[in-house]
Amino acid sequence: MSATTSDASGSRRSTTAGGIAVQDLRVSLTGRDVDVVDDIDLVLSPGEVVGLVGESGSGKTTVGTSLLGYARPGALIERGKVLYGDRDVLGLPWQQVRQLRGEEIAYVPQDPASALNPSIRIGKQIVELMALRGIGTAESRLEGARAGLAEVGLPNDDDFLRRYAHQLSGGQVQRVALAMAFLPRPKVLVLDEPTTGLDVTTQGMVLDTMGALCRSHGVAALYVTHDLAVVATIADRVAVMYAGQVVELGDRDQIFRRPSHPYTRALLDSIPHLRQARALAGIPGRTPAPGARPEGCRFHDRCPYAVEACATTLPQLVPVDPGHDARCIRVGEIGTWDISLGTVPDADPGRQRDVILRIEDLDVYYGRKKVVHDVSFDLANAEVVALVGESGSGKTTISRCVGGLHREWQGTIDFEGSPLGKGSRRRSVSDRKRIQYIFQNPYLSLNPRLTIEQIVKRPMELFGIASGRQATDKVVELLEQVALGPAVLRLQASRLSGGERQRVAIARALAAEPDVLVCDEVTSALDVSVQGSIVALLEELRKSRGISMLFVTHNLALVRSIAARVQILNGGRVVESGSVVEVMDSPKEEYTRRLLANSPRID
Amino acid sequence: MVDVAALPDALEEVAPPASRHGAAAWGSWLLRRLGLAVLTLWLVSVLVFVATTALGDPVRAILGKDYGSDKARVAELEAQLHLDQSPVTRYLHWLGGLLTGDPGSSIASQRPVSELVGANVVNTLVLVLLAAIVMIPVAFGIAMISANFRRRRPDTVIQTVMLAMAALPEFVIGILLVAVFSTTVLHVLPAVTLSAPGVHPWNDPKTMIMPVATLVLAVAPYVSRIVRATLLEVLDSDYVELARLKGIPESVVMRKHALLNAIVPGIQVIALQLAWLAGGVVLVEKVFNYPGVGNQLVDSVNNHDVPMVQALSMIIAGVYVVVNLVADLLSILLTPRARTAISS
Ligand code: SF4
Repeated sequence: MSATTSDASGSRRSTTAGGIAVQDLRVSLTGRDVDVVDDIDLVLSPGEVVGLVGESGSGKTTVGTSLLGYARPGALIERGKVLYGDRDVLGLPWQQVRQLRGEEIAYVPQDPASALNPSIRIGKQIVELMALRGIGTAESRLEGARAGLAEVGLPNDDDFLRRYAHQLSGGQVQRVALAMAFLPRPKVLVLDEPTTGLDVTTQGMVLDTMGALCRSHGVAALYVTHDLAVVATIADRVAVMYAGQVVELGDRDQIFRRPSHPYTRALLDSIPHLRQARALAGIPGRTPAPGARPEGCRFHDRCPYAVEACATTLPQLVPVDPGHDARCIRVGEIGTWDISLGTVPDADPGRQRDVILRIEDLDVYYGRKKVVHDVSFDLANAEVVALVGESGSGKTTISRCVGGLHREWQGTIDFEGSPLGKGSRRRSVSDRKRIQYIFQNPYLSLNPRLTIEQIVKRPMELFGIASGRQATDKVVELLEQVALGPAVLRLQASRLSGGERQRVAIARALAAEPDVLVCDEVTSALDVSVQGSIVALLEELRKSRGISMLFVTHNLALVRSIAARVQILNGGRVVESGSVVEVMDSPKEEYTRRLLANSPRID
Repeated sequence: MVDVAALPDALEEVAPPASRHGAAAWGSWLLRRLGLAVLTLWLVSVLVFVATTALGDPVRAILGKDYGSDKARVAELEAQLHLDQSPVTRYLHWLGGLLTGDPGSSIASQRPVSELVGANVVNTLVLVLLAAIVMIPVAFGIAMISANFRRRRPDTVIQTVMLAMAALPEFVIGILLVAVFSTTVLHVLPAVTLSAPGVHPWNDPKTMIMPVATLVLAVAPYVSRIVRATLLEVLDSDYVELARLKGIPESVVMRKHALLNAIVPGIQVIALQLAWLAGGVVLVEKVFNYPGVGNQLVDSVNNHDVPMVQALSMIIAGVYVVVNLVADLLSILLTPRARTAISS
């Protein structure tokens, strides 16, 4: 802690020109010599949006909050500087750090629904900081709050200011958080995945608003996210993080056109495109946690280009082009990258279809409320049909009816010519066995106390497929198929990562030897590289076992790569349907066009 | 830090239901809850009645050895307890009396129960209220200090002490206090409350100190442990993190952002503890010979004074129901989500 001689407000004028710079930052776990992030250097200029991309466990959020001189409980900023003008945020006494927060360096949280205080009215919450600091008068603050809300496209009447967070929609809450961060006119803004969980159209609006505000107010913004497609839409420059280090840094075009680090390339390879179907590939292995990161290049155990030296030399960031650095010792030797690598022909719309599941005039109710209106479509053998829509479109509701999880519906669901009962209790054992449901969140759908063997064996015993020794053999076989070795057999589900759990969930569904899989947003809780490998796995199962799938998702790009047919849903009705190629290449409905236009893309 | 400045602030946040529709919704909610409260009390009355009179022969219980010898007294008691009538009739008669404010006469003293009970009820309510007024700020203050030092030395020490105190039965605390302040070590406070009939004990404030202190010491540990746990949970929440990242000073984070959201579980335990106090002061009142409901209940049970026991049980049950009703109402008023759910 340096003793401060000059009054903070006196030096403030001279610093407003200059953005913020992170130098040689290292954050470690308290009490252990284990780094969460290490060797971070970043410069943010005014009016510039820098995207900080990484998968879970990469340390991106840690870097984001350290710009505000803050580390989550359990972590400690061990070394480095955050230079804001002529001041080092990390070296200032904490009173001055707090003074900087909000007013000069602001933060927009990840999940605003939980980041706004549930017991304080939003009007009060927006002006709270300024009121505490005594900036302006009560009227001028209220005026500012109203102007700020208008700027982000929200109503600003008294009634709205008197609301609580729970009375707003997700998109509204996020924009309130944005308005709150912008109100004191900060010079630096840290945005921590602020659009996670928003629908694409809302996300599009929030991103536009954010970009416009940053540029018009000359704010230096750090946009922290796992979503490369979003970064491709809004960032000027991009830093890619892996295992606590920046592995590649450059202009947006450099990163997306000429990615030079093997990890960046692998990440881009796992992302689906809107324009063309791709054979998605995951990255083998899993992201190492702090403390378990390998020596040498931290990516070497997963890197397809790794040579012996990679395991021993710690690579430094080296320039590839002006303003474009990569942390790889082989950066000059690994050739160029092509975005269209991995594209495959779209699913053939003219393929002979052998329908096994037919849904006709489906109306679904929750209590007295009708949520799905008159939906009809069918699913053929070895085919993937995607149900796409925003939240509230009814896509999951329909899939739950098919899966036997929801009973209040009218109409017909025919499975191989005979009608399915409402709810699984009214279905025959064979129907239950042949239609399996995979849930969105593998953290909730697997009992964390059971071993993987018990979990996967269960359906076999239930449906009398196998038991005892024979069942265990089958479990091993299934785990092999979902690319998990027999080593996980005796582990409890709580020991696995999200991607591994979702594989177990898929293995459990496969154990029943189903003909139809209902996949409810099965990849949306997972990292993109894991999503890539799960999609590859499902595609493989479709081909080898002829399994049909109903694939519920909000991600249109994913649809292009996995499905043959698509139903676009809005407000419980089918807006447009047909083969994926037709619907996505020549959408007829305005709604579909809007969805496509708002979907972030890298192609 | 040891203040509860957020309390009035929190109440100030509470706006009356905006529309007529909201008012109607609140009215119907309140009516429903009151209906439930009445139903609860009625069930309690049945249980109390069954437990005190319908099982066995109350006259035999009252007279004990004298039952065989004193035929006149037996007849007199049977008449007073209306034992010639069926239990249902007797119950209805008693319930009617309760509702009209005439729960019969005491068997021991032959004076009307309402007259005997009145002063003691007030005494106990004052005792409990005083204990609550001292206990709530103390418990919240300790919880805040503890949460502030989470899992560091001061927190550990406080938690250990709290746990030890929570484990001690309240009469042990009472006896210890007596030993320290009035008999063995010091002689500064009176060991027992000696007040003439008809005079309230707080006319001599010194006699109130130790009963109140005992109750506070017995109850505050529970409340502060619960409030601390909730506070820690709230302090880990995203909105507290955001408040810090927004540059809000720590003391304001604690008072406005954290305490406001930790208060509702606090209210629930406080209510449970207060309700428990209303009946559970028995031992404490006995230790200090405090002229309250508990003391009276013990005496009445010893005397097999059935009408007294019945009336006192009903009063204690009534306090339970009312305190919990108030706590639920406060919880809802302080939880915007619940509040807006009712008025919309
Ligand atoms: S240094 Fe070696 S292991 Fe690391 S990314 Fe480059 S080639 Fe791969």
